[in-house]
Amino acid sequence: MADTILLDVHNVRRSFPKPGGGELLVLDGVELTLKQGEIVGLLGRSGSGKSTFLRLIAGLAQPQGGTLSYLGHPIDGPAGGIAMVFQGFALFPWLSVLENVQLGLEALDIPPSEIRTRALAAIDLIGLDGYESAYPRELSGGMRQRVGFARAMVVHPNILLMDEPFSALDVLTAENLRTDFLELWGEKQLPIKGVILVTHNIEEAVLMCDRVLLFSTNPGRIAGEIKIDIPRPRDRTDPRFENYVDQIYTEMTARQRAQRIDRGTGLGMLMTHVSPNLVSGLIEAVAAQPYNGKADLPDIASDLQMEIDELFPVGEALQTLRLGEVEGGDIKLTHMGKRFADGEMNERKEIFSRALMSQVPLAAHIRRVLDERASHTAPKRRFIDELEDHMTEAAAEETLRTVVSWARFGELFSYDDESETFSLENPT
Amino acid sequence: MKILPPVSIEARRLLPSRFDVLAALLVLGFIALFADASRSLIEPLSSLTRERLSLDPANLPGYAVRTALRMLIALGVSLVFTLTYATWAAKSQRAGTLLVPLLDILQSVPILGFISITVVFFLSLAPGKIFGAELAAVFAIFTSQAWNMAFSFYQSLRTVPEELTEAGRMFGMNAWARFWRIEVPFGMPPLVWNMMMSMSGGWFFVTLSEAISVGHTTIALPGIGSYIAQAIIEKNLHAIFWAIGTMLIVILIYDQLLFRPLVAWADRFRFDNEDSEDQPESWVLNVVRRSTLMDRIAAPFQSFMHRTYRFSAPLRVPALRTAPAISPRTADIVWALFLVLLAAYALWRIYELLAGALGWSDIVAALGLGAITMLRVTLLIALASLIWTPIGVYVGMRPHLAHIIQPVAQFMAAFPANLLFPLAVFVIVRLSLNPDIALSPLMVLGTQWYILFNVIAGAAAMPRELRDVGTNLQVKGWLWWRKIALPAVFPFYVTGAITASGGSWNASIVAEVASWGSQTLRAHGLGAYIADATAAGDFHKIVLGIATMSFFVVVVNRLFWRPLYWYAERRYRLT
Repeated sequence: MADTILLDVHNVRRSFPKPGGGELLVLDGVELTLKQGEIVGLLGRSGSGKSTFLRLIAGLAQPQGGTLSYLGHPIDGPAGGIAMVFQGFALFPWLSVLENVQLGLEALDIPPSEIRTRALAAIDLIGLDGYESAYPRELSGGMRQRVGFARAMVVHPNILLMDEPFSALDVLTAENLRTDFLELWGEKQLPIKGVILVTHNIEEAVLMCDRVLLFSTNPGRIAGEIKIDIPRPRDRTDPRFENYVDQIYTEMTARQRAQRIDRGTGLGMLMTHVSPNLVSGLIEAVAAQPYNGKADLPDIASDLQMEIDELFPVGEALQTLRLGEVEGGDIKLTHMGKRFADGEMNERKEIFSRALMSQVPLAAHIRRVLDERASHTAPKRRFIDELEDHMTEAAAEETLRTVVSWARFGELFSYDDESETFSLENPT
Repeated sequence: MKILPPVSIEARRLLPSRFDVLAALLVLGFIALFADASRSLIEPLSSLTRERLSLDPANLPGYAVRTALRMLIALGVSLVFTLTYATWAAKSQRAGTLLVPLLDILQSVPILGFISITVVFFLSLAPGKIFGAELAAVFAIFTSQAWNMAFSFYQSLRTVPEELTEAGRMFGMNAWARFWRIEVPFGMPPLVWNMMMSMSGGWFFVTLSEAISVGHTTIALPGIGSYIAQAIIEKNLHAIFWAIGTMLIVILIYDQLLFRPLVAWADRFRFDNEDSEDQPESWVLNVVRRSTLMDRIAAPFQSFMHRTYRFSAPLRVPALRTAPAISPRTADIVWALFLVLLAAYALWRIYELLAGALGWSDIVAALGLGAITMLRVTLLIALASLIWTPIGVYVGMRPHLAHIIQPVAQFMAAFPANLLFPLAVFVIVRLSLNPDIALSPLMVLGTQWYILFNVIAGAAAMPRELRDVGTNLQVKGWLWWRKIALPAVFPFYVTGAITASGGSWNASIVAEVASWGSQTLRAHGLGAYIADATAAGDFHKIVLGIATMSFFVVVVNRLFWRPLYWYAERRYRLT
């Protein structure tokens, strides 16, 4: 009984057509099995395709390759037994709480009296008693998401899909809702048999899941699986809990290093946009007490109140510029990074500018072109065209945006967005 | 961006205030004044000879340029009006209480009514010359765009963030500098958008005002509008197709050379710091921005403006501020007295014009005809809604389709539908259809597109998650339309329908009477009443017709559209 396989996903591939032709691969060779009674977490940075994967399971989109089957039947459209909870709640503002919850039942062939009874029961279960006639806009975020849960649960789905359901809530409300959900789940009061939770919050994954699948980016693949073997209810201060969190951080940073090779070199190096202020901010934080140049990622993340998909790109930027090293769940400043931390504004700009010239081929390339030209100007199109030989249009835009923002900080060259030209002159 | 509903929709009070009544009186008085003046002027002007137009298509480019220039001049005048009138209304609370209701009434006056009333007056300014007629045409276009531009800018001025104004003050900017460097830029994006929207009406009225007869006074200004009028007289179907084709090109050029660059340029003034998803692009603007020529042309002007910003000394010692010459209370009394006198004068003018000439039976007749036109507008808007709402939802939910259809719908709304009337009339005459029914669709020919493109915008704006919920819960068929699609587009639909209905009232004056050669088709209605009175030069009836139509428009807006609009905004707007 406990071994009933609810969902079986095999070798799924999903890509989107690119505007300039060709295709962008977002998911590749994804495997997953969901057994009865399990909560499985999908953990990864934003853009790793985990939400796309969830939409495939929900039947909201179709894969280009591979198979998905629900209780042995292939999924080729929205299936009756799979319901979803959304990050942005996705409530209809013109329907009351009760009407929102009833909507899914009305689509089924159920007599009106039963619709009402079942909707009221779901509202009751999820702690919304008394709010039946309220409209979503009258509710707080936490209450709204409760409606989202009730609406998904009222159709008695076998599988509940959750797409970052707590990430739009404040810390306290999110914890309250998680605890309530886990309590109902533990007491087997919920009419669901298995859960898939998409998240980028490592602690949330450790708190809620039986298994966590780690997603890598570009394209999304399952890079590892960690079984969370702690009895419920789990305690965040339990050393085992902290160990799991550390372990996931370490695995994710290790993969990040491996991925740097994938991200290309030379002009083809992809760069995610990170504000130079965040870079300096992280350097200062790592340089300061109590870290003194070397920090544990989970610690500094919770110190700075950052999620992994906010922290990792900054760490990556540090690494690209050779101002820091990310390894084994730690972040460590290099010699230049320490000098940057100690320096005045002008010295910082100097270090940053030199790092750009030596470590970011695109920045050096633009500077060289500008130096060589008599007018010391060059149109953006010229570099975009070059970049598009190596990457997609969107990635080229993002990479160039990153370089512009870094070069502005380092005063390496300037850029005028209106005329879309690079130049050497700084406005005086 | 959202189209602004008419003033009477935005104001939240249901019952008319004292100032609404005063505004109505003043507008009517103003109209009566002009009508009276025109009545005495009409005789000596009847000798103005009509310039003969040639239907040779080779002349069309020249005519098109004349039409386009009139449009441009009117836009400039509307802009000046907007910057002054709206600023006055926003800055002076005293003036604002009257100026805003005044805009509402002005917006409800049928634009062709303005033309009928003022044409003779403008002609009298330059008797026997074409200049007076040009002024009249420009004024007609002005009345079709100025009111909602002014209202849009007024609203922007009222919502300038306090922080911006405070920052301006702290940097010692005087009121003049704050106006040009904070308030105008802040109000620019909605203003440009409204300008573009009112252009649609503009083309309609520019073509109409080029060829118009009031009594014995006939104007035929060289332009596309008079070309088509001549083609109707000569029953020349080819010429009509040529004119339609030329108009299409003119609108396309206007869009490419003027509005696209303006919209793309105004995007830089958007106050929210987010990158907009699809930034408006314009190749013309790119060319201008990349050339240094524009910089050089603008430089002297800019430095002049910069000098004016420094006129008043920024450092002011509060203690040295002189007390106002008159106390606010006295000023209030003087203002109130002034308004009372003005109202009395307006009443007197209206009485002078209408007393004796018109009886109760005339008023009842006009109201009856108004009811017929209202029925026509209502039925046709309902019909257009039934057709375009499902299509709009279908298109809006498919981004690739919406990208193609949306500009087409906007273009159709901009195209002056009156140019197409002759084709319809030709068919109606041939098939000898009942004009009361067959002429009716002409009223929504040009305005139905507002419904379509608003619904498309609404469906496209629906968040993906909400659509996913529907799919995930397998909501289908009528349940889907009832619970998801229709509510989601409802606020957009209402805005579109309000614009469409206002436009249809305006169009009724042209649509209810149409001719082909010597044959004239006439439907019963208030539009035909005004059109006939204009043709006969009967100013008493023109004024009565205009007043009745304004009355209907204001009442329908207040009693029907406004409650519906706010209900939709409150209940169905996705935020």
